[in-house]
Amino acid sequence: MNNLLNQTAIVGIGQTEFSKNSGRSELQLALEAAKAALNDAGIDPRDVDGTVTFQLDTNDEAGIARYLNVRDLRWTARTTGGGGGASATVQLAASAIASGAAKTVLIYRAFNERSGHRFGQPIRDPAFEVPRRDIHYSFGIDTPAKIYSLWYQPYMTKYGVTNEDLAHYVVAARRYAATNPNAWFHGRPITLADHQSSRWIVEPILRLLDCCQESDGGVALVMTSLERARDLRQPPVRVFGAAQSHLGGSDVLFNFYHDRDITAFHESAAVSAQLWQHSGLGPRDIDVAMIYENFSPVVFMALEGHGFCRPGEAKDFIREGHIDLGGSLPVNTHGGLLGEGYIHGVNNLLEGVRQIRGSAANQVAGAETALVSACRSAVVLGKA
Amino acid sequence: MRDQDFFWDGIDADTLLLQKCSDCGRLRHPPGPMCPDCHSLNWVPQQSSGHGIVCAWIVSKHPTEAAAAGRIVVLIQLDEGVRMIANLQNIDPAHIDLGLPVELFFADVDGTRLPQFRPSPAR
Repeated sequence: MNNLLNQTAIVGIGQTEFSKNSGRSELQLALEAAKAALNDAGIDPRDVDGTVTFQLDTNDEAGIARYLNVRDLRWTARTTGGGGGASATVQLAASAIASGAAKTVLIYRAFNERSGHRFGQPIRDPAFEVPRRDIHYSFGIDTPAKIYSLWYQPYMTKYGVTNEDLAHYVVAARRYAATNPNAWFHGRPITLADHQSSRWIVEPILRLLDCCQESDGGVALVMTSLERARDLRQPPVRVFGAAQSHLGGSDVLFNFYHDRDITAFHESAAVSAQLWQHSGLGPRDIDVAMIYENFSPVVFMALEGHGFCRPGEAKDFIREGHIDLGGSLPVNTHGGLLGEGYIHGVNNLLEGVRQIRGSAANQVAGAETALVSACRSAVVLGKA
Repeated sequence: MRDQDFFWDGIDADTLLLQKCSDCGRLRHPPGPMCPDCHSLNWVPQQSSGHGIVCAWIVSKHPTEAAAAGRIVVLIQLDEGVRMIANLQNIDPAHIDLGLPVELFFADVDGTRLPQFRPSPAR
């Protein structure tokens, strides 16, 4: 197997609290998370020599390096594809380490996504030269909830997935969040009836409780070589595979214009095909999974895309309890982005690391392998 | 967004224009500067037949205005083979089926000239 990335490991994780109003700058959130992750790893911040963040992150690499007093920042990279790139952060960092371009890579994502710029609000792109008219927004499809619902609708119609089916996922996620002290919805589980009485956002697709949180917060991870990881403070969490897939004609928001069937998440299938090839593992070898869900239907489409169940069968897989603690594939054990918080999906990576370390609030007994999927990017993590 | 200008100029003249590659003939939408098949930068506008089918739909409302009628947003697959976003009128959402045949018309929506679709009589 030609996979240089599996000689790398995640050695530190850190975060701020997840809130609705952090009361401090995005730079401070990033630095707090970075400091915590480096302290967790037992690495001197001055030794960081590479960084990875999102295209959308407002925190300039040089600014981060300045306050960490990094001696020599030698390599930087940013992901594409919005939240879909959350797990690509690990692929980029691992690539730099495997190539020798960097030895100690800091991954960070920090924002005031609730108290500052809210992704869930209608999109008003100031770059449009003709703001009056746009081929999407002018037709009343101007929020992520509406844009993605137009994608979920034919999937749900084809397979008879109802909003009540979605409720079974949301109840499971909120049950996990309720027992996760990090989660925004800690101590606040819901019933199916609570879900079904929450207001429609896009009837009959999404209700309020199908939507992820809007959160303020910062998270960070530290990666280095597997060899060096063995001498550090924490048990190393090894990268068994890391991949991205942006198939031809694909679009993160308006994924309607390719020539494939629009009722399947083809990128999630393509990304896991790479992962199985890299790792020699398959869906049945995965002990726990984190799946990016800006809205609950993504979990259904991704479970099928990744091969955990067949097309149309995710609703039964979830209803039968497979994703619960003690099920065949516990999913989003931190509560997911709708239960723990929305740190653009990078908080899912932290939960994957905790599961492999054995330190998660909702620990899967004996977890050896974790898939952390942002659907267009994903990683398989495991014990070293 | 210069790549969209021809599209809106067409709408102002009540025509739905698609881009046709001058070299390989491929039609494309959304508007863009290069043919994804042959990478030619040369293209000409081609008027769409305005006929197609519904591939996906939602009702777009403000979440705090549940009683409002809202607008039906549709993904249309045009007979020419390309897909586009538009609105659907003259139908109760309860009666929309995927694959519903639709036809183009033009209307002012909130003061903006836009391509709209409605159920088409049997063809």
